Amino acid sequence: MALLKEVVRVGIADMNVVKEPMTIRTSGLGSCVGVVLYDEMKKIAGLLHIMLPDSNLGKSTQLNVAKFADTGIYALMEMLKAQGVRPMSLKAKIAGGAQMFQFGSSDTIRIGPRNVEAVKKELKRLSIPIIAEDTGGSSGRTIEFDPATAILHVRTVNQGTKEL
Amino acid sequence: MTSESPITDMHLDVLKEIGNIGAAHAATSLSQLLDRKIDMHVPNVKLVSFDEMFDLAGGADAIVAGIFLRIEGDLSGSMFFVLSLDSANHFIRRLIGDETFDFGASSLPDIGISAMQELGNILSGSYLSALSDFTGLKIYPTVPSLSVDMVGAIVSFGLIEVSHYSDEVIVIDTQIREEGENGSTSIDGHFFLLPDPSSYITIFKSLGVM
Repeated sequence: MALLKEVVRVGIADMNVVKEPMTIRTSGLGSCVGVVLYDEMKKIAGLLHIMLPDSNLGKSTQLNVAKFADTGIYALMEMLKAQGVRPMSLKAKIAGGAQMFQFGSSDTIRIGPRNVEAVKKELKRLSIPIIAEDTGGSSGRTIEFDPATAILHVRTVNQGTKEL
Repeated sequence: MTSESPITDMHLDVLKEIGNIGAAHAATSLSQLLDRKIDMHVPNVKLVSFDEMFDLAGGADAIVAGIFLRIEGDLSGSMFFVLSLDSANHFIRRLIGDETFDFGASSLPDIGISAMQELGNILSGSYLSALSDFTGLKIYPTVPSLSVDMVGAIVSFGLIEVSHYSDEVIVIDTQIREEGENGSTSIDGHFFLLPDPSSYITIFKSLGVM
């Protein structure tokens, strides 16, 4: 019998960490960005699904750190550290940040590209190199990362699945 | 939901009535367009998480034809009309008289896209003009935009405004369906009205419940 890999699903504005043989997935990324941080040697990976670039945009009293690029990436790194991963050995793969519609308020219209910029800025600040990315465009993406192979599978409606 | 406006059951009932009135008008328009009887299911008004919002629309991964527009004026918010691909195909085939039309195809004939956008125009227009008459508020919809893609990718765009304030959203959801032969459902769609948090007070004041 074939070994079924267990998939951990990450919702919007959420994050989680897995170790091989499990894989980790988030579905229907539009303007949101999926950020994978992984340790190739330890075969551990974390996935974060951010909605907004900057936690200063938050107007609620309760801060959900996984919603924002500036707070979420750091929090995911801390989660990985708690699993024994050294920040030095972390690498990143990112996908998403599409512009699904061409109109909206001035705040929302460029939200996809702004999310990507914010993710890159934060990864740079934390000295985590980006190994691969599939960002921009105007299509939704579903992504799944396998820590055993460090491959990110990116599926879109029109272009099928590609591996990063 | 927001610090300044505790939402009570009475408020949710008011929002439900708004959904009822708007969607009833939209259903009438759709029925005239198709020359078929269209059933409308009493709206669900719920405070849900973003992930639950995607589930209402078929699941984040489901591929749909989604019409999206922004509402501006006295109140602001996002509105979606979401159809499964089967439903969208069925509808457009009947509307343009071309049985081969398929939203799943790699290149879409312009006439189908245009028909779908026109559908969005008519339905959202009748929905919102009923809402405007009922509340006395000035409501200006933007031109609807069509996207055939994953539910999560489409609907999350409408959650951006809300997400600044909250991790939950009030969804005014109306299911609209055409019963086909043998009880089969040929059109199964949803209207989602997502008022921006700052607009709740405006709505409630206009109806004298705040």
